[in-house]
Amino acid sequence: MDKALTELLIGVIARQLEGCRTVAIGASSPIPGAAALLVRARTGGALRVLMLGSRKHNAFTDGGRELFDCAAQGRIDAFFLGGGQIDGAANINLVGIGEPPRWQQRFPGSFGSAYLYFLVPKVILFREEHTPRVLVPQVDFVSSPGTSEAGIYRPGGPQALVTGRCVFGFDAPRRRFHLASVHPGETPASIRAQTGFDYDAPASVPITESLPPADLALLRGRVAGEIAETYPRFAATLFGREAA
Amino acid sequence: MELLSLDKLAARMTPGSLIAIPADYSGVSMAATRALVASGVRGLRIICVPTSGIQADVLIGAGCLAELETSAVTLGELGLAPRFTAAAKAGSLTIRDTTCPAVHAALQASEKGIPFIPLRGLIGTDILRQRADWKLAENPFADGADPIVYLPAIKPDVALFHATKADRDGNVWIGRRRELATMAHAAVRSLVTVEEIVDVSLLADETLAAGVLPGLYVEAVAEAPRGAWPLGLQDLYPTDDAELARYAEAARTEAGFRAWLDRFLDGRSAAA
Repeated sequence: MDKALTELLIGVIARQLEGCRTVAIGASSPIPGAAALLVRARTGGALRVLMLGSRKHNAFTDGGRELFDCAAQGRIDAFFLGGGQIDGAANINLVGIGEPPRWQQRFPGSFGSAYLYFLVPKVILFREEHTPRVLVPQVDFVSSPGTSEAGIYRPGGPQALVTGRCVFGFDAPRRRFHLASVHPGETPASIRAQTGFDYDAPASVPITESLPPADLALLRGRVAGEIAETYPRFAATLFGREAA
Repeated sequence: MELLSLDKLAARMTPGSLIAIPADYSGVSMAATRALVASGVRGLRIICVPTSGIQADVLIGAGCLAELETSAVTLGELGLAPRFTAAAKAGSLTIRDTTCPAVHAALQASEKGIPFIPLRGLIGTDILRQRADWKLAENPFADGADPIVYLPAIKPDVALFHATKADRDGNVWIGRRRELATMAHAAVRSLVTVEEIVDVSLLADETLAAGVLPGLYVEAVAEAPRGAWPLGLQDLYPTDDAELARYAEAARTEAGFRAWLDRFLDGRSAAA
């Protein structure tokens, strides 16, 4: 794990969560989880964090259904989704490549994506690997579509795609991404070369901002201990921390 | 409620049985999983509520399953579930992909004794396209068009899980893990393993009672200390991360999986 990059990504995602009241974190999401806990710490608890797998940061008491019921009611402002493949129209594939029953490549499964992508207003797509293998012209299997036809109930959808190389914003009416910033060490040309789908890019693209020193200290201190409860390996590798 | 040995409890699950199992964080009966594998049963059908990890992977690798319905099978931070992935590539297992809220909702339909339940989302996904048993329908109460998906109720033959304690009346304490209650309400019967059987009624104390699954739903209980291992159980013990890592590594090959399974069947760690 590249520590500087991971901290940069946590900072990027933390900025995406500004203004949210309630964020939910799904399975296998240590970087979004750390970002959410950072915003929570920075705002004195103004951001409510509901993190799957956590005991301390999970206020649900009515079982696995509760997150999904809350999302359908509009109680969840932001959520994160990834994908084995993500395409230029923000369609995501968490299931596999090839024709079942003989998958050529099999991913874990769709989790709640086929539902939450439709219902949570701010879905942030996050996939650290940024290669033409992941960012494809068209996904092989639509676990969940980036946009829906008029007449389909859909208050939610993608707000951004954060990768290990850059940040894309999403323009829903045009069904296209645009390059919002590139991480240090990358250029608009290097992003173009590593991206399998077409997207818009302004004439001048800013460099992704790093976390301010105070936030970085908060992340490495209090937040490192908090995330270790749910993601012990992540916290140990990145921060050398045990659960607080 | 019957108090059974693990072997007798496992024998209640026979070829074709549809068994609901909980996610890793909820209360997974690895003790019953061991007994199922040891019994040599084949042709079980599993519904993951709504995902699974090592439990489904072990049952797949041991050849116990004919069908698996799931939102995901994963070892979490340790990556892909190796036996699940191998079976998906070989086409040797019928996998029905679903999405988490669809499992919860379809179980809720069974709780209510109704034949189907509508659910938002899903429209335009290949999950829906693959599910001939799900129907794209219309909201009958809308003024205009409002397409919505109808899911058939899921009625498992068995809800199988592990909990901290049961009393002599078959009342089982599940705490805030309410998806276990949903599973149990929806299923024809529940088979439960517990850390301990207690002599006082769990319904006697109002504080405890709120977290109790009544014995009404529970057919049989088996005592199985550390019965979730190598997974963890609520506040009692954490997940054995080292053992899970050994599993993730070993199960990458068929031979490695068999070696791990032999030790698991003896109740031993792969490190022992």
